[in-house]
Amino acid sequence: MNLITVMFYLMAVIAICSGLYVAASKNLVRSVFMFFITLFALAGIYVLCLADFVAVTQVVVYVGGILVLILFAFMLSGRESLAGVEGQENKLINLSKVPALLLSALFLIVLVNIYFKADVDGLPWIANAVRTGDTFAPTTVVINNLGVTLMTRYLLPFEAVSVLLLMALVGAAHLSRKEEGATS
Amino acid sequence: MITLTHYLVLSAALFCIGLFIILSKRNAIQILIGIELMLNAAILNLVAFGRFDKMNNGGQTFALFAIVLAAASTAVALAIVLNVYRRYRTIDPGKIDQLKDR
Repeated sequence: MNLITVMFYLMAVIAICSGLYVAASKNLVRSVFMFFITLFALAGIYVLCLADFVAVTQVVVYVGGILVLILFAFMLSGRESLAGVEGQENKLINLSKVPALLLSALFLIVLVNIYFKADVDGLPWIANAVRTGDTFAPTTVVINNLGVTLMTRYLLPFEAVSVLLLMALVGAAHLSRKEEGATS
Repeated sequence: MITLTHYLVLSAALFCIGLFIILSKRNAIQILIGIELMLNAAILNLVAFGRFDKMNNGGQTFALFAIVLAAASTAVALAIVLNVYRRYRTIDPGKIDQLKDR
């Protein structure tokens, strides 16, 4: 049991426990802050997958996005909109959550069952990649190859994503200032 | 050595937590958090499989794309939530029952 395994299980336990806390908490602000911890634990797991650049992007982009989310949560969830929710959730055994719990637990059982039956580690292309040395080693420099492939092989998805990002931001700005001019 | 099945089981657990949040919460922002959790589970799968693709970098590239698109969709969804709150004075999805202007 070396250090990497210990780190993986630590990160996995942190991610799952904070995710469960997000699901169980009645306090909106507290659940948002616990979601931060889930994202950071997932970034650590990406580092263990030897994907440093993805981990850094996760921290930068998601922390920016989630900060906006916290601001909106503070502004939108006033006292009156949260009052009905808290009165509904105060009971210990909440009957309205049983179908959701049942559905997600069954889905988890089905997914895990499929993963154990599919024998993912013995897939042909993975065995081929291991044989030909196509896997990442801890000493591999990731970012050079990532930049080169992003500009050559994945140029069309890159451009499509940039256009779609522009569209989404313009659309968000338009949606959020539409009612300012007292139209309607 | 951490095998691929560990990552997949962790991703399945996170996905089901996100599914539970989406199905049980009565606040649009918490539902958005659930969607982000499910997206993160999918990105974890991409990254875990991308470890076996050093030449083409397929998994990591599309993980980057998925992160950027999730941020963009969060911006759009928050704008929509803001408009819905202006019009209905609530962000409970169960109480919003029409799409057109009143």
